[in-house]
Amino acid sequence: MSDMREFRPGADPSSRLPPRSGDDGVAGALPPQAGRGDEASAYNFAYLDEGTKRMIRRALLKAVAVPGYQVPFASREMPMPYGWGTGGVQVTAAILGRSDVLKVIDQGADDTTNAVSIRRFFAKTAGVATTTHTAEASVIQTRHRIPERPLTENQTLVYQVPIPEPLRFLEPRETETRQMHALAEYGLMHVKLYEDISRHGHIATTYAYPVEVAGRYVMDPSPTPKFDNPKMDDCPALQLFGAGRERRIYAVPPYTKVRSLDFEDHPFRVQRFDQPCALCAAEGVYLDEMLMDDSGRRMFICSDTDHCEERRAAGHVGTEGVA
Amino acid sequence: MYVAVKGGEAAIDNAHRLLAEVRRGDPAVPELTVAQIREQMALLVDRVMAEGSLNDPDLAALALKQARGDVVEAVFLVRAFRTTLPRFGASVPLDTGRMTLSRRISATFKDLPGGQVLGPTFDYTHRLVDFALAAEGAPEPAAEAEPREDAAATPRVTDLLGRDGLIEPSPPDDGSPLGDITREPVDFPCDRATRLQALARGDEGFILALGYATQRGYGRTHPFVGEVRVGTVAVEFVPEELGFPVPLGAVQATECQMVNQFHGSRTVPPQFTRGYGLVFGQSERKAMAMALVDRALRAGELGEPLASPAQDQEFVLAHCDSLQATGFVEHLKLPHYVDFQAELELVRRMRAEFEDRREVAE
Repeated sequence: MSDMREFRPGADPSSRLPPRSGDDGVAGALPPQAGRGDEASAYNFAYLDEGTKRMIRRALLKAVAVPGYQVPFASREMPMPYGWGTGGVQVTAAILGRSDVLKVIDQGADDTTNAVSIRRFFAKTAGVATTTHTAEASVIQTRHRIPERPLTENQTLVYQVPIPEPLRFLEPRETETRQMHALAEYGLMHVKLYEDISRHGHIATTYAYPVEVAGRYVMDPSPTPKFDNPKMDDCPALQLFGAGRERRIYAVPPYTKVRSLDFEDHPFRVQRFDQPCALCAAEGVYLDEMLMDDSGRRMFICSDTDHCEERRAAGHVGTEGVA
Repeated sequence: MYVAVKGGEAAIDNAHRLLAEVRRGDPAVPELTVAQIREQMALLVDRVMAEGSLNDPDLAALALKQARGDVVEAVFLVRAFRTTLPRFGASVPLDTGRMTLSRRISATFKDLPGGQVLGPTFDYTHRLVDFALAAEGAPEPAAEAEPREDAAATPRVTDLLGRDGLIEPSPPDDGSPLGDITREPVDFPCDRATRLQALARGDEGFILALGYATQRGYGRTHPFVGEVRVGTVAVEFVPEELGFPVPLGAVQATECQMVNQFHGSRTVPPQFTRGYGLVFGQSERKAMAMALVDRALRAGELGEPLASPAQDQEFVLAHCDSLQATGFVEHLKLPHYVDFQAELELVRRMRAEFEDRREVAE
């Protein structure tokens, strides 16, 4: 009803929202996307209002204090869909400062559509500097990968998480899984891994491989390939995890023990690739498989595009690379 | 060759420009105005407001225009706008007994105080395509009724039943603070008020299917439509500095009071139970389905056996939101190559081991 609008307050004292342009009339009801000139200034720094950021920061503090524990938070609707990284985006929005340098990757790459979209979102709403270089970034938001270059104490890695509950596919009920975590009742997970071994000869979990954090909580590392799990252990960088649709935040503080679940006779092992990157000849990195033609010719190249580019710039040349 | 498989900023920009062009359609056809959508696609606008949890017909109409008529996409636009609005308090509970009615029907009593008001409804129309509508022309004017003398208040059917104790009383307002599912994470198990909030913004199709399932035996509740009413109702707010309610305006809403299966025990005489639905705008389907699901979700509280999805609050509430559902389903379009690579590597290794074993056996 149009008469409701007159009661929309110009400024809420509990928040530090800048006034919206045209807050006094019908135009104020139209979202800034509607083509009014100055889009970015209609929203607070990094999009979220300060009250929401404070709520998220509180959840983050609790998450850091209890490593691996999933803290419920009042996730907001964001202007990108659930499943596109709304949890990560909210965490990033809550921790971003004006002097931060942001890098966003998806599948290890800076130039995939969703990474481009999220990077632009923060460039527009926060005006922060962005980079594709891992070494230059102070905040790195990621989907499905951890950069190959070791992270430092000055960096924060923000993961986008689809299903934060590592026990979810063993027990669909939140009321049950919460109790299992409270009692550290993780037998079901070990049984699942054991059944994999008895059926396939291997633990058949290749990504989102469960980890134990600081000797207590079993945690989902987000759907990173298990190749990346060892990078989480004793990592100098702060690792934050945001699950928007599922409304959970969790964290691994710097230098925390992160152990991939395994058995004495079936120790945890990461994927190995038979050949180096075809472009930069890197070994011991995670590779993407490219189909080259109809006859099934393939090429394996670095999943981490920045790592690959830096190596090529340093003169490393793979079989398909250009010197 | 390798650049081709990666997305690019230029490609994204071009995709958005193409979307804008396709949204507009044939430029030879006049462009829709927001007012046209608001006035002539009113039920669609109502649905977007209900699931978008924001009472703003102009905004909902604009969202529909921007979304090319995709309901979930329009709901998404409205929700993303809503989430940035400051929250300054909760209104006084709507007094739907004092609603200005455009429609009010009861299936439990042939006549009742306030009468049956058919209002604008498809219910008794023959669903024959009206080809005359393809041409322009004003409809025959609607008949005018004399204003009713008792229009100030039309008692709800459940109030009439309640006077004789035939239906369980609506729990009184105990003054405890209201939850807000948009400001606090849902904590299972959750109370009825929280469940109703989630159902009110839940996807109409999903709630409809669940309500339908309860009628077919998956959580049966023996429902009767005590009453469905549609109309406008005043929204009042108590500013702290005044201490008394002031009207903020009025909203259109649809309310359904479902009268269900009776209960009783040695200490409590038998009485009917309630299911409740309330949505923005005119949406009887949604309000009724919501009332069915609300009642089904009370199974635990009423000591009924829990056997069906509609009675399972984690199942219903975790999956009723169309934005969450569409987001997670559609995110499968996003690249997953690193995870798929991990699976490929394992399957190849297991296939190699399988071949090795077979060779050894031969």
